[in-house]
Amino acid sequence: MRDNIKYNAGEYDCVVIGAGHAGVEAALASARMGLKTLILTISLDAISALSCNPNIGGTGKGHLVREIDALGGEMALNIDKSFIQSRMLNLSKGPAVHSLRVQADKKKYHTEMKKTLENEPNLTLKQAEVVDIIFENNQVKAVVTRTGAVYNTKACVVATGTYLGGRVYIGEVNFESGPDGRFPSIMLSKAMKQKGFFLRRMKTGTPARVSRDSIDFSVMEEQPGDDEIIPFSFMNMGKEFDIKQVSCYLTYTTERAHEIIRQNLDRSPMFSGLIEGVGPRYCPSIEDKVVRFPEKDKHQVFIEPEGLDTKEMYVQGVSSSLPEEVQIEVYKNIKGLEKVEFMRTAYAIEYDAIDSTMLKRTLEHKEIKNLFFAGQINGSSGYEEAAAQGLIAGINASQNVLGREPFILDRSEAYIGVLIDDLVTKGTNEPYRMMTSRAEYRLTLRQDNADLRLTKKGYELGLVSKERYEKTLEKERLLNDELARLKKVILTPTKEVNEILYSLSNSTIKTGISLYDLLKRPELTYDSTKALDPDRPNLPKEIRIQAEIEIKYEGYIRKQMAQIEQFKRMENKKIPEDIDYTKIKSLSTEAVQKLNKIRPESIGQASRISGVSPADINVLLIYLEQLRRRTISE
Amino acid sequence: MDQTIAAISTAVGEAGIGIVRLSGKDAINIGKEIFKSNRKNFEFENKKLHYGHIVDDKKVLDEVLIAFMKAPNTYTREDMVEIYSHGGIIPVKKILELCLKKGARLAEKGEFTKRAFLNGRLDLTQAEAVIDIIKAKSEKSYEVSLKQLEGSITKEVLEIQDILVKMMAFIEANIDFPEDEIEEISHKELLEDSKKAKERIKRLIDSFERGKILRDGLNTVILGKPNVGKSSLLNAILNENRAIVTDIPGTTRDIIEEYINIDGIPLKLVDTAGIRETEDYVEKIGVLKTKETLSKADLIIALFDVSSPLTEEDKRIMELVKDKKTIIMLNKSDLERKLDESYFKVNFPNARVINSSITTGVGIDELIDTIKDLFYKEDVKIESDVVLNNIRHKNMLLKAYDTLLELEEEILKNEPIDCLEVDIKSAWESLGEITGQSISEDILDKIFSEFCIGK
Repeated sequence: MRDNIKYNAGEYDCVVIGAGHAGVEAALASARMGLKTLILTISLDAISALSCNPNIGGTGKGHLVREIDALGGEMALNIDKSFIQSRMLNLSKGPAVHSLRVQADKKKYHTEMKKTLENEPNLTLKQAEVVDIIFENNQVKAVVTRTGAVYNTKACVVATGTYLGGRVYIGEVNFESGPDGRFPSIMLSKAMKQKGFFLRRMKTGTPARVSRDSIDFSVMEEQPGDDEIIPFSFMNMGKEFDIKQVSCYLTYTTERAHEIIRQNLDRSPMFSGLIEGVGPRYCPSIEDKVVRFPEKDKHQVFIEPEGLDTKEMYVQGVSSSLPEEVQIEVYKNIKGLEKVEFMRTAYAIEYDAIDSTMLKRTLEHKEIKNLFFAGQINGSSGYEEAAAQGLIAGINASQNVLGREPFILDRSEAYIGVLIDDLVTKGTNEPYRMMTSRAEYRLTLRQDNADLRLTKKGYELGLVSKERYEKTLEKERLLNDELARLKKVILTPTKEVNEILYSLSNSTIKTGISLYDLLKRPELTYDSTKALDPDRPNLPKEIRIQAEIEIKYEGYIRKQMAQIEQFKRMENKKIPEDIDYTKIKSLSTEAVQKLNKIRPESIGQASRISGVSPADINVLLIYLEQLRRRTISE
Repeated sequence: MDQTIAAISTAVGEAGIGIVRLSGKDAINIGKEIFKSNRKNFEFENKKLHYGHIVDDKKVLDEVLIAFMKAPNTYTREDMVEIYSHGGIIPVKKILELCLKKGARLAEKGEFTKRAFLNGRLDLTQAEAVIDIIKAKSEKSYEVSLKQLEGSITKEVLEIQDILVKMMAFIEANIDFPEDEIEEISHKELLEDSKKAKERIKRLIDSFERGKILRDGLNTVILGKPNVGKSSLLNAILNENRAIVTDIPGTTRDIIEEYINIDGIPLKLVDTAGIRETEDYVEKIGVLKTKETLSKADLIIALFDVSSPLTEEDKRIMELVKDKKTIIMLNKSDLERKLDESYFKVNFPNARVINSSITTGVGIDELIDTIKDLFYKEDVKIESDVVLNNIRHKNMLLKAYDTLLELEEEILKNEPIDCLEVDIKSAWESLGEITGQSISEDILDKIFSEFCIGK
């Protein structure tokens, strides 16, 4: 060992540890905002690896991708280059919860992102294992690699994913490992513990990959992509995508498979107690599902391609940490997989995560300046959640180094705001996944208007080009013009109008009505009323859809805006950073502990901390009022 | 703080006079509008008491004293009006309702104090005290809500909330897990659930309208023949220091009502005059009246004289109260016993029987203990199971009700489920204002909410 031999390898503004979905967004944001940035990864072949499912998007997550895009992040652009199937989910529900979800070609996704990193000015990409982070006066100073390189840096983003302290479990077999057979990051885990970081164990899992040739698709239900492809990136709206989409397939487990699982439960490290980490409830292993829902005689299984030039197929819904031979037997008892050939075995992986309540809403550590955390190390799960945090961490690392104001999105502005506020205020006991139900204001936080909500902010940060910003402004203008125009189009109850209306909706009008108000009727759509509106301009689809949503949702949106106003009032009641909670009489002991730990920035944030009661909030409000008066009288 | 607020600032049913208080920029105008002085060319003087009547569209509501107080030297530092009316429940409520009709908004709990604080009326030490009171209050209200929990509002509202929570959970699951095998929730089911919740809210609101126990008292009818000791019993109860009398003139000539409050239990004592009257009267009008009175009763105290045997008439009257919760008082127990108790044992096995000698004070304590026992154990069959007694609660229920009405319209219009959820959530939050479950967005309005109305 050459433990003590180190060399100075260079000076950077920002070093990002890890090149997964969080790391790449952090590094790109930092480099694009003008910081001399270095990104280090254990394997250059693992950049933006989709180590689990081959999808991007879905409910809640799709919203995140759009928001990342509007702020000038890379995820949407990258998946638009590499998707092989596209679907809009939830079409039967309201447009606020329509949700884009695509299948990725994993290798292409990786290659494209690697290219982007390589071509980014200001950004250096290196393969290296970071083994230590050096602080000085509670501030980041350098990172050290296993080969002795010391990179001095002003800021650091830690995005270690499941590598940090990674341990893979397959039945009775377990070993230190990163995801998908890659090196784990063990020394950094030890170094962080030595520095006093409290690291806890989280767990996640992935199913087996099986050979396409061993599957009988004839007994499965084919799930093709949508005819109409809608891209993720606002930059690609209206663009033609000339790709041949591949299908996924739906099949089911059998009672026999469940029986095998039950017989071998004692060999599962989850049930034998070998794994201490907490797994996600919404993404349970097959053994979890069988134990928790014994009454179900079958569970859904989706077969999804991993890419265009591979025969590996992902078996969604059957993640497992059972012994390999048991897994094979279980899979063989899934309809259509009777002759299955495994290519990669399913496994559970345990890894280190910090307590995310130790972070500020900028994702900077509360005690160590310029040290940022993003992704699974914060207790989240999912590529999109990681990318969103990476982007915010990268932005704020840059803001700090450049001496600018922190960049924070609140719960009323973006799903990203909800995600981060939940993590730093409430913390999480299981890997945190974004869901639309977590967002209180989802009627206004839609994926279709993410650009209108956030592009300006991205532009001001320097992440969004002028061209893109102007494109958004133009969209906004077109939308507002069209809404104004529709209010002026008045329909009168002529025979002709009512005939058209009747054919569209089985209803008619008796008095004059604007087309704007008419469109509030659920049976009518913007496109279906074209015949009633001869002067209608030719507008791009995204504007037509958005106009329709704005009209149909108007009443609800207004209600929500009123709620947001109230919310903002509480968010704007700032709590001084140096407040000493122990000095406030009448706060409950639990509240003092929690408030001291989380150190909320506003009354609004304080009210979301579990264990802080409305009575405590009252006490706090009064205390702040006293403080304010004391300050005035002095 | 633009709105003018109004509230009753004396505890309901516990005081000889009632005070209704207004605060805000329209307070004086509202006061002037509803107050009629007997003096010609009346001009109000700041901080002087004026005598006159509260008038609703020429109809006199009550004879009152009124004080107009100009800002800033008032409790809230806003314009204020205080109206001193006759005590009891009905006059003050009517005056309050009139104020609300004239544009005031019902004050939240502690809102006067909140305004006082925010307008800089309270200094730092007072504010410190306020903190302590908040704490004490919330502990006390916790006790109270625990009591209420035993079979009343909170429990019922929680159950209604539960229906709404289930609706929301179903919708969320549908939205967030479109590819999982979750049953699609149909608009029809949502409509059914919404109706179910709405109906239950309606029932609660109605219980307020009908005016029940906590508002008007436990409807207690004292039954008995003349001279059996009814007046003595009434007086004995009234003379207990614990009881606070607020008398309201009999609403009919035949029935005398007294409102009292025993250790927090409001009692409306109804002395059925009909039975006191001659036999003829009983035959003609009295029986009808008496029957009606008895049917509304929550509790019957039947008085018998042990020194004389039961008559057929006694038995006929007792037949009328067979299904009621009954306390049977065998009075004059110091005299020779001629009454056959077995009749009660056979026909009223669940009735509590108390031996008493009212004139010497024997049995009164036992009666009061028995009433308390019945009340707290929810043994008394109240005509409507859950009774609403709080205007704020009623307003919240009305708000939830209206929201659900809107929701139903939207369901029928086939609006998407994620839109529908906005209204479900909003109805839930209104109910949460009653159960204290909602994390109110505007905490400032909830601050001091553990305060009693007024100070």
